[in-house]
Amino acid sequence: MPDTNNLEKFVENLRAQNADWVGEVVDALGEVTVYVPAENIVEICSFLKTESDFDMLADLCGCDRGPEEDPRFEVNYHLFSTVHHSRLRLKVLLTEDHPNVESVTGLWKTANWHERETYDLLGIIFDKHPDLRRILLPSDFDGHALRKDYPLRGYEPYSLN
Amino acid sequence: MGLENPLFESLPDVLTVKLDAVINWARKSSIWPATFGLACCAIEMMNSVSARNDLSRFGAETFRASPRQADVMIVSGRVSRKMAPVLRRIYDQMPEPKWVISMGACATSGGVFDNYAIVQGVDKVVPVDIYIPGCPPRPEMLVHAITMLQEKIMKESVKERTDTFEEESRKSIVPGTLPVTEGTKLEEEAENASSKPYTVPSKHEKRRSS
Amino acid sequence: MSVALENKSDQIAALDDSLESQMTISMGPQHPSTHGVLRLELVLDGELVIKTTPDIGYLHTGMEKLFEYKKYQQGIVITDRMDYLNPLGNNLAYVMAAEKLLQIEIPERAQVIRVLMCELQRIASHMVWLGTHALDIGAMSVFFFCFRQREKILNLIEAASGGRMTPSYFRIGGLMMDLPAGFDRRVKQFLIDFPAAMQQFETLVTGNTIFQSRTKEIGYISKEEAINWGLTGPCLRGSGVELDLRVHNPYTGYEQYDFDIPVETGGDVWARFKVRMRELYESEKIVIQALERLKPGPTKADAPKVVLPDRDDMRKHMDSLIHHFLIVAEGFNVPEGEVYHAIEASKGELGVYMKSNGGPKPERVHFRGPSFVNLSALPDMVEGELIADVVAVIGSLDIVLGEIDR
Repeated sequence: MPDTNNLEKFVENLRAQNADWVGEVVDALGEVTVYVPAENIVEICSFLKTESDFDMLADLCGCDRGPEEDPRFEVNYHLFSTVHHSRLRLKVLLTEDHPNVESVTGLWKTANWHERETYDLLGIIFDKHPDLRRILLPSDFDGHALRKDYPLRGYEPYSLN
Repeated sequence: MGLENPLFESLPDVLTVKLDAVINWARKSSIWPATFGLACCAIEMMNSVSARNDLSRFGAETFRASPRQADVMIVSGRVSRKMAPVLRRIYDQMPEPKWVISMGACATSGGVFDNYAIVQGVDKVVPVDIYIPGCPPRPEMLVHAITMLQEKIMKESVKERTDTFEEESRKSIVPGTLPVTEGTKLEEEAENASSKPYTVPSKHEKRRSS
Repeated sequence: MSVALENKSDQIAALDDSLESQMTISMGPQHPSTHGVLRLELVLDGELVIKTTPDIGYLHTGMEKLFEYKKYQQGIVITDRMDYLNPLGNNLAYVMAAEKLLQIEIPERAQVIRVLMCELQRIASHMVWLGTHALDIGAMSVFFFCFRQREKILNLIEAASGGRMTPSYFRIGGLMMDLPAGFDRRVKQFLIDFPAAMQQFETLVTGNTIFQSRTKEIGYISKEEAINWGLTGPCLRGSGVELDLRVHNPYTGYEQYDFDIPVETGGDVWARFKVRMRELYESEKIVIQALERLKPGPTKADAPKVVLPDRDDMRKHMDSLIHHFLIVAEGFNVPEGEVYHAIEASKGELGVYMKSNGGPKPERVHFRGPSFVNLSALPDMVEGELIADVVAVIGSLDIVLGEIDR
């Protein structure tokens, strides 16, 4: 298991900056997950990018916990640093009624397509995204495929007419 | 000193054969496939023209990027619902005579992907002549399919392979059928626009269904 | 009269405008040079590219949904079909994420074989890249030479796993089976032939002035922009960032191997080309070292709940047979948790986010495909280039649509 001591330092820095930003911190399987409030995500990412050298957004993905859960959705930000090569996961929880989180496209251009994909497949809305529309599925597709209440298998009969 | 000399010496000047036999023989000897690479099978399709399998031995190595110059469409890979109209359009643009080879399990039946995104078999979109199983099929299997198609061509009648009527073929090329992706606003407009039927069934297909 | 003239001149001006103004053309989804079913909407001024909008999803397969109803071991098969030029890399990323959740240690021999096979696969993947990249730019014969070399590697993979392109050779907890007898001899034979082939490619492509003038100073992206766009792999190293996950976040024992990270500072198509060419030599070095490290030993982890019993055991012992049946039919439970595991695939960082809810099927599997991210930077790279250069830039990104659309 990789050492996570250096990651604790970044979390402490973040906590020192603003204690409200850091929720639960999970240190498991050699990875650190920080639960952060959705309304501050841009400030938190900006702080980590400038102060802690997390200059690359390796991945951004959403997850549906199931319609019975509350909050239902989570968005994971996998940060990576090309300077000290460590990884940090930020997690934002969103409710079904208000699945909105601010876009981080202003910080990382790579977030553009990741956010579009998350919107396409899970229906999470990224506010202030420059061009939020479906990316993988056709624009007339009905529903969001990766939600748990979307049928797992099976398909509608296909015909061009 | 090729084959011609002994042929010309032994044969008379005039031969009486069936028209079908001569034309089909010419057709089967140079089948030009359209490059319709979709997924994994496309790499094996590329492999079948490379040094080891050398599809040109059977006259089918000239892959054409333009469907208007192609005879056979090798559907190599899974066809998504977004891709199906495009596939149909390319098929419509091919002139008669035209054939379709469905390469691999995904194109044939959807394969392991029985979900919302994949068309469960390309025969729901275009009429298929040869199915190749495998995931992906080996290049040898594609070579075998080409030779099977050649046998099939020899059994056909030329009269069945006339082109579609001019009126129909003009209708089948509907401009602007690909969705506009530039910006959210334009997309909304495209959604609201009344959609035209994508295409008309070709003569070939009508014959099949009857 | 004057009114009419005014109207006329307005009309002419409008006509001139429309002649001078931009033209939008659609490139793809069926186009020989877009490496699959990519569609680009190009806004052109004459031959100059003003704006590019990639339109993807023509190969969307819904794989991430499929993982949710496949058991963990069934998911390996799906990963093969994702980046179909580098299936063993996909297998590795997926099984390592599952092993991280299960906390299984892999025996030494299995790790060495994984490195050996992955590096062979990387060479095969780069062969397709080189062949198609050169083909796009106009050099036809390179394609045939590259596929000849690739065929040799596919034969090796077929000998080990039974499949040419969809091997599913790595399993959770080890390998499908040990290497066949005489495998190292066959790899050595390949290694004897390979330098001559590389020499051939260097002469055919690298030393070719036409190729150089088509690629130099085309598709430039700076170091900062490359990091901002999230580029990884050869595309990032071509912009002067020394980052290779095999060295900086080592996995499968890569830290024990001696190899260099090729870095070029040009940031253009030519730099990315040179990085990949140098990577081929590095992969060859790793293959040689892995062959030396190959010592007899077990290839499956000691985790009877997860790893299938040996075939031989199954024929002799009833309990092994029952065990096999249980694992195949019911799967195994994976402890609750979430991991993100990234490896250096042939195209860049291939990351797997896997979340388990404690059952035999994952709750969520997400793949961070390197091609997906690299392609998103294409509009920045081709802006202001000629339309013929778009093809060269796409070739230098080495995209695979199966991985972009998933």
